[in-house]
Amino acid sequence: MTWAETFLTGWQAIRTHVTRSLLTVLGILIGIAAVILTVGLGLGTQQDVSAQISSLGSNLLIVTPGSTTSSAGMRGGFGSATTLTVADSQAMASPVVAPDVDAVAAQRTSSQSLTAGDANWTTTLVGTTESWADVRSRTVLQGRFLTDEDETSQATNIVLGTETATELFGTTFAVGRTVTISGTEYTVVGVLASAGSSTEDNLDDTAIIPLSTMLNSIVGGTGRTAVSTVYVKATSTDTISAAQQQVTALLLNLHGITNADDADFTVSSQDALVDTATGVYQTLTVLLTGIAALSLLVGGIGVMNIMLVSVTERTREIGLRKALGAPPGAIRRQFLMEASILGLVGGIVGAALGIVAATVLPGLIGSSIVVSPVAVVGSIAVALAIGLVFGVYPAVRAARLAPIDALRSQ
Amino acid sequence: MSTGTLAEPVIELIGGRKTYQTGALSFEALRGVDLRVEAGEYVAVIGPSGSGKSTLMHVLGCLDVLTQGTYRLTGHDVGELDEVDLAMVRNTQIGFVFQQFHLLTSLSAVQNVELPLAYRGIGRAERRALAVEALERVGLGDRLENRPGQLSGGQQQRVAFARALVGDPAMILADEPTGNLDSTSTEEVLGLLDELHAAGRTILLITHEADVAARAARVVRVLDGLIQEDAR
Repeated sequence: MTWAETFLTGWQAIRTHVTRSLLTVLGILIGIAAVILTVGLGLGTQQDVSAQISSLGSNLLIVTPGSTTSSAGMRGGFGSATTLTVADSQAMASPVVAPDVDAVAAQRTSSQSLTAGDANWTTTLVGTTESWADVRSRTVLQGRFLTDEDETSQATNIVLGTETATELFGTTFAVGRTVTISGTEYTVVGVLASAGSSTEDNLDDTAIIPLSTMLNSIVGGTGRTAVSTVYVKATSTDTISAAQQQVTALLLNLHGITNADDADFTVSSQDALVDTATGVYQTLTVLLTGIAALSLLVGGIGVMNIMLVSVTERTREIGLRKALGAPPGAIRRQFLMEASILGLVGGIVGAALGIVAATVLPGLIGSSIVVSPVAVVGSIAVALAIGLVFGVYPAVRAARLAPIDALRSQ
Repeated sequence: MSTGTLAEPVIELIGGRKTYQTGALSFEALRGVDLRVEAGEYVAVIGPSGSGKSTLMHVLGCLDVLTQGTYRLTGHDVGELDEVDLAMVRNTQIGFVFQQFHLLTSLSAVQNVELPLAYRGIGRAERRALAVEALERVGLGDRLENRPGQLSGGQQQRVAFARALVGDPAMILADEPTGNLDSTSTEEVLGLLDELHAAGRTILLITHEADVAARAARVVRVLDGLIQEDAR
């Protein structure tokens, strides 16, 4: 009997018990769909996270106060320390000390309530300098960005994000209007172009004032020299690590620290941030895929179970085929083929279901799902292999049946 | 295996013994049977249930092997053969007809008849032509695509005969072929056996009905695992 005929015989046997075959396939189908979805969700989340980090700007280093290392000594927690100052950021901008640094933008952020007429909106108020637009790769939609003159004169000028402008004025045409923050009036000089980011960290909901104004009028007190983040733009992609070394050396020197392990600041590159963030999701993906794979195992046992029932039920058929001259190998192939078809059908339908779910679900859960062709082809192959592996035992049992016992059974 | 020469008997059973072992109990179903059937003979094996005639049929059909003794089919000793070779012998040398027809219900008449040829590795077109020819020979040329469920008992048994004949075996082994049939269908089947005998086929008919056995030229009576009488 040729393989094509064996396939037809197996297909016919499956079609004879449609309901049972469908239920058997269901186990594998769900497992495959789950594997494709979890792998896709993991990949999608990783992609989202790296997109989010990339949206900060290009060739970017992020300097934050506090240390991530945990050697002995008193040290402020990561991000909360006040060890990074305006003077530090000015030093980093020096082309002599840090030649591979293109631009530096220090920023101080604070959540503030903005008022314009009757409208009231709470947003992240950012105090920064002219170079911020360049470093963060942002442009203005209308008006202008902050200038060095705004900085030196501690001007009460403000640049709004599109969403903030819309919330306050009902339009992005806000240049020339006035916004009140803690009793001080600010003049809107520009509106940022939308960053078009779909991530949870909304880049369009922001308000920007000069750093000097921020530190003196809004923050005040003893903390008025401390900045929360310094964004450093390297001259090119190739000089990122050189710039990182220069910035680190400079800050260690300025802060009078000899051992790099004792640093009271952290310089991280975009790549490092992406790696850290995606690493977590990778682990999670592996874990979830493992669980989904367990359901495949259960599906495989279901196939074996049904194949054993099928062998018992068709004892007479097996006996007859043997009497007509089917060698044990032909009987074995027939049952293996049936189990493989069940696995393959489960794999293909499961993959289709996974792809459909991957198209529909992102709209509902707000997270991207990336279906990789490798995962689809791989899981169909796994489903086929499951059918084959779990079909071996029933097939061997069928092939071993003695023809007379098989013929006698009713 | 080739079909034997004219001088070679189809069946040559010498001192055939078959013992079934069930735990501590052993039961001797055949207790030294000698049987010789020449090509073209029409032999009826008759005996009550439990006489050993079914065991004899299984041994002669290569569905079971002797515990002791020698069985030569068309001159070849089948005692030495393994399972794969036995399957080949059944496929090429023996045409089975059973009491319960044993047709596959999911296949059409012509597909059922094709089955032994499929296991022999004969191509689809040739197989189909041979199967159609065999069905025409048993008078079912107009029922090729019918499923067994759409055929009467007599017609189903004729499909089974077509399946037994299609591979051109050395002998037809019919086990109670009329056991499940009414008198009209019985007459149909027995008439078919007569025709096959007239055409030179070697036929071994197993039955417990004396009037069915009477149609054969030679009647072998089995009782308690031994041949009681061999009447020509």
